[in-house]
Amino acid sequence: MYDRGKVIAGIIIFLALVTFPFFYKTGKANVQIEPKINTPVIEGLSEKKCVESKEFMRANHMQLLNEWRDAAVRDGQRTYVASDGKSYAISLQNTCMNCHSNKKEFCDTCHSYTGVKPYCWDCHIAPMEAKR
Amino acid sequence: MGALISFIAVIILTLLAYGGVKSANMQAIFGIVLPYAAIMTFLIGVSYRVIKWAKSPVPYRITTTCGQQKTLPWIKQNKIENPSDAMGVTVRMILEVLLFRSLFRNTRSELQDGKLLHGSSKWLWLGGIAFHAAFFTVLFRHLRLFTEPMLLPLHLVETLDGFMQIGAPRLLMSGVVLLGAAMFLLLRRFLIPQVRYISLPADYFPLFLIIGIAVTGIMMRYVTKTDIVSVKELTMGLISLKPKIHQGVGAIFYIHLFLVSVLFAYFPFSKLVHMTGVFLSPTRNLANNGREVRHINPWNYKVKARTYEEYEDEFREKMKSANIPVEKE
Repeated sequence: MYDRGKVIAGIIIFLALVTFPFFYKTGKANVQIEPKINTPVIEGLSEKKCVESKEFMRANHMQLLNEWRDAAVRDGQRTYVASDGKSYAISLQNTCMNCHSNKKEFCDTCHSYTGVKPYCWDCHIAPMEAKR
Repeated sequence: MGALISFIAVIILTLLAYGGVKSANMQAIFGIVLPYAAIMTFLIGVSYRVIKWAKSPVPYRITTTCGQQKTLPWIKQNKIENPSDAMGVTVRMILEVLLFRSLFRNTRSELQDGKLLHGSSKWLWLGGIAFHAAFFTVLFRHLRLFTEPMLLPLHLVETLDGFMQIGAPRLLMSGVVLLGAAMFLLLRRFLIPQVRYISLPADYFPLFLIIGIAVTGIMMRYVTKTDIVSVKELTMGLISLKPKIHQGVGAIFYIHLFLVSVLFAYFPFSKLVHMTGVFLSPTRNLANNGREVRHINPWNYKVKARTYEEYEDEFREKMKSANIPVEKE
C-alpha cells in the first residue's frame, strides 16, 4: 500500500465519522418517553378528551395549531368546530394550555427528545411553571 | 431501457418492504437485521475499496493543471491550480471536495450555423452542488434521531433550514432542494441525447433510489405522518446495540429505512464511492513537482551499477600506461 499513513488516517476518520453515534453517550438510549397528562384541570374532566382524538392530535397537533393561528390571527375566526360537533375557543393560552398547563412535562418531553423547537413561544408567553 | 430497469428495481424494493411489514410482519428484518447488515457492508466495503486503490502505484505525477507551474522566481506561479507543495494541494482538494472546482470548468460544444462553438456550462455544477449540499444537510439533520442529548449545532441547522417558517411542521428547504436537484439530474439524463446514450442502469438506479428516499421522507414529515418518538426509540435502540421494535411505526417508515439500507449496502459496489474516491484522485491530490523531485518508479528492479571511480580504480595502471588521462593519480 502506498502513502500508508495518510490512507489509514483517512479510513480511521471515515469510520469515526460514520460510527460516531454508536459511541456518543448511548447510556441514555433506552428511555421511556411519555408526555404527562396529569394536570389538575385534566384530572377534573368527566371525559378526558382533547379537541380531537388522541391519535389525530399526536400526529397532527402542529398542523392544527398552525390552522388555528391562521384562523385567529389572519381571519379573526376564533371558534373551532371539532369533528364531533363541539365548539372550542381558538386560543393557545386559554384552550390548549388551560388543560395542558404542564408545558415542561407535556410539550417539551417529546419535543426535546426528537429535537423539535416549535416557535410558538416566540410570540406567546410560556406558562409560569416553565420558568421554574 | 436502463432507466426502466432501475425504476422497476426501486419499485420492487419499495413493495418488498411494504409487503414484508404489512402482511408478513417482518419488522425485525427491515428494522434491525437489514440496517445492521447494510451499515457493516458500507463500512467494510468502502474501507476495502480505499485500501485496494491505495495499493495501485502512482509512479509519477499525473496532475491535471491549468495554471502556471512553479518556475523562475520572476514568473508568478498559480499555487492552487498548479500546486508544487502540500499547502497548495490541500487548498485545491478543499475546493474540489466542497465546491466541485473541476466540474465548475465544465464546457459544452455545439454546432451553430456550421460552426463549432465552445462555451461554459454551469448547469451540471449547479445541480450537482445543490444535490450534494442538500443531501449532506438532510443526513446531518437525521443525527437528531441518533444522538441523545442532541448535538448542539442540530437546532441551529434545523432553524436555518426551516427559516421560511412555512406551515407546521416547518417546511425544511433541504428536503425540497434535494428532491428538486435529484429530479434535475434525472431529467438531464433523459433529455440530453448524448448523456442519455451513455447512461447505464448503474446511473439511473442510485437516482431513483435517492428520489424514493426523499419522497418517503417528505411524505412521513408532511403527509402520512409517523410516530417520531417511536422512531427515535427504534433508532436509539439500534445505535445502543439493544434493538427493539416499536409498535406504531408505520409501513412508510420501513420503506424509507429499507431504501436507505439498500443505498448504504449498494454504496461500495457502485459509482457512489466517488465520495471517498475524490480524495484518492491522483490528478487532483498530487503536487505538480515532477521537475523538482525525482520520483522513483516503485516497480523498478535494482540495476547493478558501477561508478566511474570503481572503473578507474580497476584500470588505472593500464590507463596510465596507455596515456589515457585519469582523474586520480
